[in-house]
Amino acid sequence: MTDAVMMSRPSLINRLYHGKTIPLLTVLLSLLVIWYGGAVYLNYDVLTSNYERNEVSWDAEKLVADAWSMERPILPAPHQIATEINKTVFQKKITSKRSLVYHAWITTSATLLGFGFGTLLGILLAVGIVHVQTLDRSLMPWVIASQTIPILAIAPMIIVVLGNVGLTGLIPKSIISMYLCFFPITIGMVKGLRSPDVLQMDLMQTYSATTSQIFWKLRVPASVPFLFASLKVAVAISLVGAIVGELPTGAVAGIGARLLSGSYYGQTIQIWSALIVASVLGMVLVYLVSMIEKFVMGRMGYRS
Amino acid sequence: MHLPRGSEGGTNSMTDHSKPVIEIEKLNLIFETPDAPVHALSDVDLTINSGDFVSFIGPSGCGKTTLMRTIADLETPTNGRISVNGMSPAEARKKRAYGYVFQAPALYPWRTVEKNIILPLEIMGLSKAEQKARALKNLALVNLEGFEKKFPWQLSGGMQQRVSIARALSVEPDLLLMDEPFGALDEITRDHLNEQLLRLWDQTKKTVVFVTHSIPESVFLSSKIVVMSPRPGKIIDIIDCNLPRDRTLSIRETPEFLEIAHRVREGLRAGHSYDD
Repeated sequence: MTDAVMMSRPSLINRLYHGKTIPLLTVLLSLLVIWYGGAVYLNYDVLTSNYERNEVSWDAEKLVADAWSMERPILPAPHQIATEINKTVFQKKITSKRSLVYHAWITTSATLLGFGFGTLLGILLAVGIVHVQTLDRSLMPWVIASQTIPILAIAPMIIVVLGNVGLTGLIPKSIISMYLCFFPITIGMVKGLRSPDVLQMDLMQTYSATTSQIFWKLRVPASVPFLFASLKVAVAISLVGAIVGELPTGAVAGIGARLLSGSYYGQTIQIWSALIVASVLGMVLVYLVSMIEKFVMGRMGYRS
Repeated sequence: MHLPRGSEGGTNSMTDHSKPVIEIEKLNLIFETPDAPVHALSDVDLTINSGDFVSFIGPSGCGKTTLMRTIADLETPTNGRISVNGMSPAEARKKRAYGYVFQAPALYPWRTVEKNIILPLEIMGLSKAEQKARALKNLALVNLEGFEKKFPWQLSGGMQQRVSIARALSVEPDLLLMDEPFGALDEITRDHLNEQLLRLWDQTKKTVVFVTHSIPESVFLSSKIVVMSPRPGKIIDIIDCNLPRDRTLSIRETPEFLEIAHRVREGLRAGHSYDD
């Protein structure tokens, strides 16, 4: 991918040796070895009892081959998942209901909308908390309390309540996503808006700057590094929120729907491939936020 | 403020027709702390005239920074009278009567050198053209032409502090308050900046209040040295320092210089309690 392009600059071997590629591949390889072993171990009982029932003679070689090619394994082998992903991501038209790209897009749109709402809410709360002393004391405990409620418990309530006022589909999911992701943004922004040191604040005093001048010329720029740190956490959480939001609705589309239907029918391969796609999606989203961060921070003269 | 320039190499002539800029009478400042109230300033009386270069010198905790912060309306006195340009410090601050240079440069890291200098001008609402002109003019004053587009981290500590001086000057105040501006710099850089500052003072005829705990620095720069002592912070001596305005570093070898330095040292020794 893009790694290969970037590597061509210094010597390839040098880059490989000092870069992250080798360590990452090593971890991946060890994971695969453990995974293949685990697939044999976990599927052993089901397979052997099958063999006994059908009086099939078997040896270790047959056991391993079968363990890695079951239709509904306890733990599918990596290549089975890879095949499924290939089938559902690349072989299907992306508009098809059986395409994982289609489902991923449904979830992504809820994620992005929820992320947008959450960022807005998070920043507004932080601005209020920093500037209004009453809000600092009254709001912060509620913000923290809101995160102690298990999202799985409150998600169905939100869906039901919003469904009653006529909101269905994308909006309820993104509201659940927002509910999860505003928190790190509020915390990060409160810290960021309060990050200017005494001298930087005193300086504004000597210019007799107004509160809004202090806000726009000092607090906001000082909070940008904190905001991006929060946004990276928040975008990953809002994806979780969107998936969780799809579970109690009996949604027919989205990563959450794939997880749910997979578990109804014991389609472990389908579940695992949905999980992998979800985590790749999460990585892509965090990477995109990192890219924006790099650009903005570079423009603001921060050393990277 | 455009006073006639003091006669070349003259001694007292400039103070003769100067008006007071800062008047302080019976000023007290007590900080309430959880343990016990701290008497930071005790019965301070001081007059600073237009065109003076006044240094506050004393050991840590003698209230020299607090006194300056009180003049700047960054601290509120417990009682006593203080006026800046005939106004209360709060009014003077609102009229942006002074420029303040802190111990650290306190540059905003997300702003370039030029943007840092125009920060106060943006707040004052000056036109873009005026902002730009003042930034370039004051960068030239501190010998930093060509550094407009650099970010603070690309500059050395001494250069950063010069930017912060240019920022204070860009407000075009008649009064410059400087709180140990060169305290964190090495001696060579400090000597160099002292000379530059002296030339700046001579050119611009500003009133400068300067906090330091270096005796040579205070004697080299000042027309008046205020010696302070701690617990409670008070003034114990005010020494006139009538060396010519256009002094160079070599003046530090002369008997006149050493004599004043000696008086400052004696004052500091007298005010210092050795019980701690």
